[in-house]
Amino acid sequence: MSPRDIAIHDLTMKEAARAASGKRVDLLLIADMVAPGSRVLDVGSGDGELLELLATTRGCDARGIELSREGVNAGVARGLAIIQGDADLDLADYPDGAFDYVILSQTIQATRRPKWVLEQMLRVGRRAIVSFPNFGFWRLRLDLLVNGRMPSSDNLPYSWHDTPNIHFCTIRDFVDLVGEVDARIERATALNASGYPVRVNLPWAVWNLLGEQAVFLLSRGP
Amino acid sequence: MAEGDTTTLERPFFEAARGEADHPHSAVVRFGADAPLPLDAGGMLSPFQIAYQTYGALNAARSNAILLCHALSGDQHAANVHPVTGKPGWWETLVGPGKPIDTDRFFVIASNVLGGCLGTTGPSSTNPATGQPYGLDLPVVTIRDMVRAQSMLLDHLGIARLLAVVGGSMGGMQVLQWAASYPERVFAAMPIATAARHSAQNIAFHEVGRQAVMADPDWRAGRYLVEGTSPRRGLAVARMAAHITYMSDGSLHRKFGRRLQDRDGHTFSFDADFQVESYLRHQGEAFVDRFDANSYLYVTRAMDYFDLAADYGGVLAHAFKGSRTRFCLVSFTSDWLFTTADSRAVVHALNAAGAQVSFAEIDSDKGHDAFLLEEPEFSAITRGFIDAAARAVGVA
Repeated sequence: MSPRDIAIHDLTMKEAARAASGKRVDLLLIADMVAPGSRVLDVGSGDGELLELLATTRGCDARGIELSREGVNAGVARGLAIIQGDADLDLADYPDGAFDYVILSQTIQATRRPKWVLEQMLRVGRRAIVSFPNFGFWRLRLDLLVNGRMPSSDNLPYSWHDTPNIHFCTIRDFVDLVGEVDARIERATALNASGYPVRVNLPWAVWNLLGEQAVFLLSRGP
Repeated sequence: MAEGDTTTLERPFFEAARGEADHPHSAVVRFGADAPLPLDAGGMLSPFQIAYQTYGALNAARSNAILLCHALSGDQHAANVHPVTGKPGWWETLVGPGKPIDTDRFFVIASNVLGGCLGTTGPSSTNPATGQPYGLDLPVVTIRDMVRAQSMLLDHLGIARLLAVVGGSMGGMQVLQWAASYPERVFAAMPIATAARHSAQNIAFHEVGRQAVMADPDWRAGRYLVEGTSPRRGLAVARMAAHITYMSDGSLHRKFGRRLQDRDGHTFSFDADFQVESYLRHQGEAFVDRFDANSYLYVTRAMDYFDLAADYGGVLAHAFKGSRTRFCLVSFTSDWLFTTADSRAVVHALNAAGAQVSFAEIDSDKGHDAFLLEEPEFSAITRGFIDAAARAVGVA
C-alpha cells in the first residue's frame, strides 16, 4: 500500500492561516478529521488544548485521559472532562464502541504497549486518530549518521536516558503496526519540518523521509 | 473521675445542642402525616422535620441551586458561624461570596442529615408518640433515606433540578445516591473523597466507635437523654479513634511529631505527655459538646450499609445507566480512609455507563480531612467544574 491508495488530507489555505494563529498544526489536522458533534476520547490529553479545540470548534463531546496530575487539574479547572489515568491500563475499562473517535496525539511513543493501546483504541472507538513524531525523518537519520548520537530536536528535546518516549517508530513501522492490528487507514498526513503537510502523493518511503510528524485516521477492519 | 461516676451535665449536649434537635437555629421544614418518609428499614417516618441553611438567592429560572451534603460529623452550618460551637462553618474554605461555590451567584442549600442532631429528625429529636427523645426507637436510616428526605426538601423549596450536588466523605455517598436515584434532578455531581460502598476496614473503625459509646455505662442502652446522663467518655473515645483515620501519618508527624505537651520530659504516667495525645483528647471533648452519641450510632450505621452497586444488581455502572449528569470526582493522595482506588472504581463505572466524568487526585499530606481544608488545587478544580456547569446551564 502507498499513500496514493488512501485519501490524502491536505490543508486548505484557510486552515493554514488558522495554523498561523498559534495553534499546533497537528491538533488542527486532528480536529479536522473529526466529524462535528462526535463523541471523542483524547488519550494523553495534556492540559486539554485539543479537547477545548474539539468542543469549541467542532461541537464535540470531548473527554480526556491524562497521566500527569498537573495536566488533569489544569484541564478540569478549565471545565473540561478529564480523568487522571494511564493509557497503558485504563483503556481496558471503557466499553466497546463508547466513542466515535479515540485520539492519541504525540503519545504512542510514550506508551509501554503501543500495539495493545492501538487495539484498545479501535475497540473503544469506531475510529482512531494517531499522531506521532516520525523517527524516519531525514534530519534524524542524518543526525545519527553524522554525529553518531541519539537524535534530539525541538520536537524531541529529551536525552536518551531521561525521556518519556520509550517506543519511537517511523511512519513505515507504524503502517506495519496498523496492518498487524487489522485496522484500515482512512487518511494519513505527514507534516514537514515547517509543520505543514507534505503535499504531494508520494510513496511511504518518501513520506518517511520528509515527514517530521504523521497523523493517521484509522478504522476497524481490514 | 472515679469509675462508675455518673457524668454530670455541666456543659451538656442536653442544653445548647439538645435545644437544636427540636428547635434549631436554622430554617426548618416540617412534614406532617400527609408527607411521610418511606424508610429502607421498612415503614414510614412521620411526622419528621429537616433543618437547613441557605446562602445566596435563587434566580428567577430556579436554575442556580447547589446542594451541599455534609459528612458524618457535619451539619447544615456549612458557611455560617455554628450556633453551638461559635466556630466558622465547616466548608467556608469553599463556600461563600467569591469562593469556588460562590454564594453571590448560586443558591446554596445545606441540610442536616436524617438521623443527625442539629434539627433534622434524629434519635435526639422528640418522638411525638411519647413526648420523649426517640433514642433507639428511631428506625435505622440509610444514605438513601437521607437523600429521599433531601429530595422532599427540594420539592418544598420548589427546585426541580439542582445545578450541582457537592459533598465529601459521607456527603459524597449522598452525592452518588442523588445521581443514581434522581438523575434528572442533578445536572452536575461532585463526589469528593468518597466511595460507592463502605469498606470492611471502614465498617470496622465505625464498629470500634459504636462499641466505645455503648460500653459507656452512661449510655444507658440509648436512654441517656431520658435518664439525664451522657456517654461523654464513650463518644469522646469514638471521636478520638475516628479522628486518627481522618489524618495521615505524615500530617500527624508534621503537626505533632513526638513533641511533649507543656513538659520537659516523660512523666512516667498515663497522662497526656505527647502533644498528639492532648490534641486527640481535646478533639474528643469538643465533639461531645456538639454531637449526640446516638446520632453517631445512626449516622455511622447509615454509612456502613451504603453499597450503591448492591441496589443495582451488583453492577455499579447500572446505577448510572443513561445518566446525563456530569461528574467530577476528587481524591487525595494521603487519604487512606477513602482512597484513590475507591474513587477510581466509581470513575470506571461511570465510564462503563458512558457518563461524562472528570477525575483528579490531589497531592496532599492532610489525609481524609483534606477536603475540608485549604487545598488550592482542589479549590481551583471545584471552581472550574462548577463554573463550567453554570455556563452549560446558562447561569450568570
